[in-house]
Amino acid sequence: MKEEKEYIATRNACKLCNPLGACLAYKGIKGCVPLIHGSQGCSTYIRRYMISHFREPVDIASSNFTEESTIFGGRQNCHQAVGNIIKQYNPEIIAAATTCLSETIGDDIEKYLKEYKAEFPDAPDFIYANTPSYQGTHADGFHEAVAATVRSLAKRTKKNTHINLFPGMYSPADLRYLKRVMDNYKTNYVLLPDYSETLDGSSWSEYKKIPDGGTSKEAIITTADAQASIEFGAIFNKAGGSTNKNGRSKETAASYLETTFGVPALRLPWPVGVEATDLFFKTLSEVTGVEKPDEYVKERGRLIDAYADGHKYVFGKKAVIYGEEDLVLSIYRFLNEIGVDTILIASGGKSGALASEIEKLTMGEMKMPEIIDNADFEEIAARSRELKPDIMIGHSKGYYIARELNIPLVRIGFPIHDRLGGQRLLHIGYEGTNDLFEKIVNAFIEKNQESSEVGYKYM
Amino acid sequence: MDKMKNIKTELPDPSALKEEILKRYPRKIAKKREKSIVINDPDAIPEVQANVRTIPGIITQRGCTYAGCKGVILGPSRDIVNIVHGPIGCSFYAWLTRRNQTQPPTPDSPNFMTYCFSTDMQDSNIVFGGEQKLRQAIKEAYELFHPYSISVFSTCPVGLIGDDIHAACREMKAELGINIFGFSCEGYKGVSQSAGHHIANNRVFTDVVGRKTDKGRLGKFQVNLMGEYNIGGDAFVIEKYFKEMGITLLASFSGNSTIESYEYSQDADVNMVMCHRSINYIAEMMEKKYGIPWFKVNFIGANSSAKSLRKLAEYFGDKELIEKTELLIEREMARVKAVADRVRPKVEGKRAMLFVGGSRAHHYQELFNELGIETLSAGYEFGHRDDYEGRHVIPTIKVDADSRNIEELTVVKSETLFKPELQDKKLLLEQKGFKFEHYEGMMPTMKKNSLVIDDINHWETEKIIEMMKPDLFCAGIKEKYVVQKHGIPLKQLHSYDYGGPYAGFEGAINFYLEMERMLACDIWKMVDAPWKHEPSIMGSMVYE
Ligand code: SF4
Ligand code: SF4
Repeated sequence: MKEEKEYIATRNACKLCNPLGACLAYKGIKGCVPLIHGSQGCSTYIRRYMISHFREPVDIASSNFTEESTIFGGRQNCHQAVGNIIKQYNPEIIAAATTCLSETIGDDIEKYLKEYKAEFPDAPDFIYANTPSYQGTHADGFHEAVAATVRSLAKRTKKNTHINLFPGMYSPADLRYLKRVMDNYKTNYVLLPDYSETLDGSSWSEYKKIPDGGTSKEAIITTADAQASIEFGAIFNKAGGSTNKNGRSKETAASYLETTFGVPALRLPWPVGVEATDLFFKTLSEVTGVEKPDEYVKERGRLIDAYADGHKYVFGKKAVIYGEEDLVLSIYRFLNEIGVDTILIASGGKSGALASEIEKLTMGEMKMPEIIDNADFEEIAARSRELKPDIMIGHSKGYYIARELNIPLVRIGFPIHDRLGGQRLLHIGYEGTNDLFEKIVNAFIEKNQESSEVGYKYM
Repeated sequence: MDKMKNIKTELPDPSALKEEILKRYPRKIAKKREKSIVINDPDAIPEVQANVRTIPGIITQRGCTYAGCKGVILGPSRDIVNIVHGPIGCSFYAWLTRRNQTQPPTPDSPNFMTYCFSTDMQDSNIVFGGEQKLRQAIKEAYELFHPYSISVFSTCPVGLIGDDIHAACREMKAELGINIFGFSCEGYKGVSQSAGHHIANNRVFTDVVGRKTDKGRLGKFQVNLMGEYNIGGDAFVIEKYFKEMGITLLASFSGNSTIESYEYSQDADVNMVMCHRSINYIAEMMEKKYGIPWFKVNFIGANSSAKSLRKLAEYFGDKELIEKTELLIEREMARVKAVADRVRPKVEGKRAMLFVGGSRAHHYQELFNELGIETLSAGYEFGHRDDYEGRHVIPTIKVDADSRNIEELTVVKSETLFKPELQDKKLLLEQKGFKFEHYEGMMPTMKKNSLVIDDINHWETEKIIEMMKPDLFCAGIKEKYVVQKHGIPLKQLHSYDYGGPYAGFEGAINFYLEMERMLACDIWKMVDAPWKHEPSIMGSMVYE
């Protein structure tokens, strides 16, 4: 149920571009410098965007195409860039992402990198992902980069050594949560990517060219040895069997490891809300044979308690949510749990799988919310004006709509550049759910309080 | 007035630092960078290599041609719908990020700056061409908003698939009856934003300026302001002064502006150029075609604001105007002085570095001089040699493949609109020593041995911070967190850290207070910079 008129052009897009997602993932690899193969503007813009969210240095190199490179190809630029990155950073890995430009001219980045390695065998390892934005959004780029990383590095040596975790586009705080959980399960794991430190570092006593942290190369190699992979998300891995330019199917990291090395892939929804988080812990206990640590039993208990305390403020309220497909799906599920009616779900993604996944969650009982695939903020605005939500949940770019409607916006996901601490927002687990829940409840309380004439201090 | 011109003292010779920086580069790169890292001598200005390609793999501050064209020049006008023809990212990333402000005259006057229109090209458009989609997008934009004008910007992939955006614009212009024009500003076209400025200047000149010839006189003293982008409300401050002086601002390229006003901007009596780099082309062309003289101004810094306003009054030579101007300056300078006297002792002797833009790294030194803050090192992100060394070097600037890429328009005198009387006036004033078409550049005003670095990169930034240990670094958001990791505050001079205005007298006061806040802030003492453990060995400047 879209607006009456279908627009051809995009007015205010609700998605970012493909290589941004790839660079985010690459930032989660230890000793890695991302390289965007194309003109320098893409890299500069993407850095600028990531920096204003994470408030950390984000070095991303570019192969700086000239007009000439668009005609004769970017081989020379690619080789020069790689050489200079090595000289300046001495990285363990250089991870390339292509752009619309290099893809349009049909540049073969794989070949260029192989040539370089053949000439300089001491060069660091290379990873590359094909990430033209005319084929996908930042969410696609993120997962493609993770898959590309595993494809280039994973090698089987032993068996059943650990568990692989492939998160969605999570915040550094989310990644830290996952790591804590695994530590508490006393289980070996490989989390890929892990930008919990690289993009949310402490102040340094010594300037580091490449920030500490990230999944090490050695760990990535062992992903082939895992006992199982847990992949979070229900949509990115279902993207309609589409293929990329090279005819490769959009295989995820977990599915690649499953088909190539026989590592079983477990697909879990994002652990947001009690139900989905329960499922995560249950699965983890099954796989590891370790009982759910008491800490999480208590954390869960506190969350339920909070639900009970806050329920009255949120029940029956109407929400609009927007963002990456797997994010909105998980938020929808959580909102159902707390009794908020989601009336509109919008995503810039267009996998075609969002509606059917949402439908599954309604279990034939609940009213389907309106869904906008391939969304434009102007469409979201138009529908919201009519549907009159009480709250919006999403990233900073939707602020102007919330402002127009005079309703609160609870900021989650990426990008958040009008509040401090986007990188430290916790969305997952019982704790993250609690944070989200409190934010939503408090947004309503604040709104009531501010619009009350009396000025109650008890709410 | 020029009380800050007591800066004849020298800085220590930074040759060792320069060597240290170059040492790490491969030979070829060292050779190239050597020419862009220059030790200043205001009495014998050395040549700076500028406006050349950034080396691949080296992390630069620079953006692309499209960013300069759309973001900088066309972005700040509110009555035009800017459609980015290409995949989504290029448009999205430029969506309201430059913080230029606009003030529509009434709440329902059009303002399309809050949109990021894009054709959001998909696979099939790349394969089969996107011209049809572009036409539809233009039509949609028209039906949706009925804007005064529509413009189209090509991004990199479009240049490759051969879409003729100009043909599409012409056709749609004929069909819809409003002005529609396009910019071939693909990111790879030039070495930086600068190429995009030039491309934008050219098209605005040919397709916009001079379209409206029946406006008649709107005021006694009609001027255009050029290269003032109203970041943080700077233009509002300047506009206020003009108003008080009785100056009519016809058009501002581009800040708080409309495309409509550009169409009659040829009626101005003079053009004032603030950011020389981004806009001097159109000032030049307007002089050739319409006879409008231009001179350089700078409204950053209280002294230079006063100088610029005086120059404007002097240009018109009107007694009443001169009196009003002097009154304004006297009143404002008293306010400025009160704050400067208080702040200066707290920050005097602190040392700053500025690496930003194509004029800001120069203009902001004025504010630092007023506070007694010393500039150790400075450079532009996308400046040319003339912005460093002065306009007189323009004839000697080498033309390379990249600069040849950008069209130089041949401009002919307009039969009907050329104003010979303005040229006569210019001649007369020139005889009295009034400088037109003049920009002295950054280096003559900087101290001996200050380090000038063009297109500074990450590695060089780290090095100069480590070795010179400035108290303050000025750049943009991309550099902010790198620099602050070193325990040095960074002031953003693109977005002003969401502060400002910093133009004019009240802007100077804002900036002084900001410096007081930043340089006296205790947070920085908590960040553990490496050299804080080792005592300095060499006085004010220490090399490892
Ligand atoms: S594709 Fe080209 S125009 Fe777009 S951001 Fe990249 S360099 Fe700039
Ligand atoms: S060209 Fe493609 S990769 Fe580059 S900024 Fe635009 S959308 Fe992103």
